[in-house]
Amino acid sequence: MRGVDLLGLASGAAVGSPLRTALSVLAMAIGVAAVVVLTALGDGARRYVLDRFASLGSNLVIVLPGRSSTGGFNPANAITSTPRDLSVLDAAALRRAPAVLRLAPLSVGTSEISYGGRLRETVVAGTTAEFMALRRFALAEGRFLPESDWSRATPVAVLGATIRAELFGNREVVGELVRIGDRRVRVVGVLAPVGQGLGMNPDENVIVPVALAQAMFNTNTLFRIMVEARDRSRIEDAKQQVLEILRARHGGEEDMTVITQDAVLATFDRLLTALTGAVAAIAAISLAVAGILIMNVMLVAVSQRTAEIGLLKALGADPKVILGLFLTEAAMLAVAGAVLGYLLGQVGAFGLRLAFPVFPAFAPGWAVLAAITTALVTGLLFGLAPARHAARLDAVIALGRRP
Amino acid sequence: MAESAEPGAAPLIALRAIERTFRLGEDKVAALTGVSLDIGAGEYLAVVGPSGSGKSTLLNLLGLLDRPDAGHYLFEGRDVTTLSVHEQAAVRSRRIGFVFQSFHLVPRLTAAENIALPMVLAGIAPADRARRVGEALAAVALTDRAGHRPDQLSGGQRQRVAIARATVMQPAVLLADEPTGNLDRTTGEGVIGLLESLNRLGMTLIVVTHDAALAARARRQVSVSDGRIVGDRIRAA
Repeated sequence: MRGVDLLGLASGAAVGSPLRTALSVLAMAIGVAAVVVLTALGDGARRYVLDRFASLGSNLVIVLPGRSSTGGFNPANAITSTPRDLSVLDAAALRRAPAVLRLAPLSVGTSEISYGGRLRETVVAGTTAEFMALRRFALAEGRFLPESDWSRATPVAVLGATIRAELFGNREVVGELVRIGDRRVRVVGVLAPVGQGLGMNPDENVIVPVALAQAMFNTNTLFRIMVEARDRSRIEDAKQQVLEILRARHGGEEDMTVITQDAVLATFDRLLTALTGAVAAIAAISLAVAGILIMNVMLVAVSQRTAEIGLLKALGADPKVILGLFLTEAAMLAVAGAVLGYLLGQVGAFGLRLAFPVFPAFAPGWAVLAAITTALVTGLLFGLAPARHAARLDAVIALGRRP
Repeated sequence: MAESAEPGAAPLIALRAIERTFRLGEDKVAALTGVSLDIGAGEYLAVVGPSGSGKSTLLNLLGLLDRPDAGHYLFEGRDVTTLSVHEQAAVRSRRIGFVFQSFHLVPRLTAAENIALPMVLAGIAPADRARRVGEALAAVALTDRAGHRPDQLSGGQRQRVAIARATVMQPAVLLADEPTGNLDRTTGEGVIGLLESLNRLGMTLIVVTHDAALAARARRQVSVSDGRIVGDRIRAA
């Protein structure tokens, strides 16, 4: 039998019973659409988080005080003293590392900022002039912190966009004096809005020189040292050099943790990809249900068309041809469902993107491919049993010719 | 044992000691017992007998829809009882045409599509198919009904479509099971006339019926009773 004729006969049979064809196509379509939309959601979440994390800057190496205990109990912990904090001098020493392009110490605390009777709780970040370039900040007004000795507590501040709007409204701000805690500080600049960052939102921060922040919070320790490697290929070098220098300064003790942005990104990426996969697998259950429906529909078709099968056998149809006819019909239902489901899913993902513009809800290619392949395979797999049943029918009984 | 219509030539169909038994629950029912029969090419033969006599089983066996439990069936000199289901399907496709009492047309296909069905299954090219369907429709005088579906045709027209379908592959033998059973007498006459004209053109025609008047028209009558051949008469020309 010719392929075209096979398709023609099978599609004729499918169209011949429109309701049962429509129902099984719909079931398959809902399954495929569910996979497409849910993976679009999952992958959208992954991209959203990665984008936010990448906006911290690039080629970053971050130094945290203390040893992160990931290895369980370490006998060395029992005999060593409490970890030494990171100091501004530690940060300054890192300038020696050849793989380091720029770095900025970071000291963080919360305080109150007030101006003209308005008062607001805020996060105060103490750092240095290079912080702006490192974090890729842009200025809306004025200047950033002055390039000066790190130990000088110059009473100046750079405001985040939200703080500026809430305290000053439309008024002139550069050159005004604000009160932070119990100190009077002159505003020298305002950051351009950056939107939501991961963890801290720079729009709601106030940035002051690191020595001023340490004086305000009466401390000499640092929250972080942010280091930028010269380029992507030297991130690992920078990490090793930073570790070496700090270990030497801390008497051979590795009482700090150095993480790279790449490693954190990779971890998030793995985590969220796994999550997307799990969501897709849950949605794929509906594909199996659709497959069982197709099997049911094909079994009904075989029993409804028993006489026709007998006739085809009498007319000289090989059992293989009859198998092929019913398998083709099942495959057609599955393909039609998969195509319809793909379109529905893409419309759904488009709707999500319209509703949440910040959320890049695009179904990943692998998920779409997997959904359509699964639809086809389940269609064929569940179509096989009814088709074999049809091919094995006794022609005499099928034609109703035995009294 | 009756002599072949064309003495000297090998018979088209030769049944040798055919046995066929069905199981009905605990009981075994012998549908055919020790049936031997030769049918020559071009014969017009009626198989007669009361219902339950085994004549339908005989037709099923002749049409390779069923297998005997014992005995041999030589079709065109070849033992077809030992063929695989695939080889039997090929023989049915090329050499055997069926006409059923209840027509067995596919309801969603037009008259022309129903007639083309055996050629579609045999993988014959569409251009060739169209030509032969046209000829077959003309032969049964239904050219103007080519695009009609079975439910738009009368009983007689449906049976003529079925005959066109049975003959479109130019089989060696046409097996007709009560071909007029669902038709009134006048329409039945027309259908029988059509079958007889095909026989005059050389096609072997085997009609199964319990209608004595219909059987009397055949040149040769084989009577079946209780699974045995009890009579084999050739009508004087």
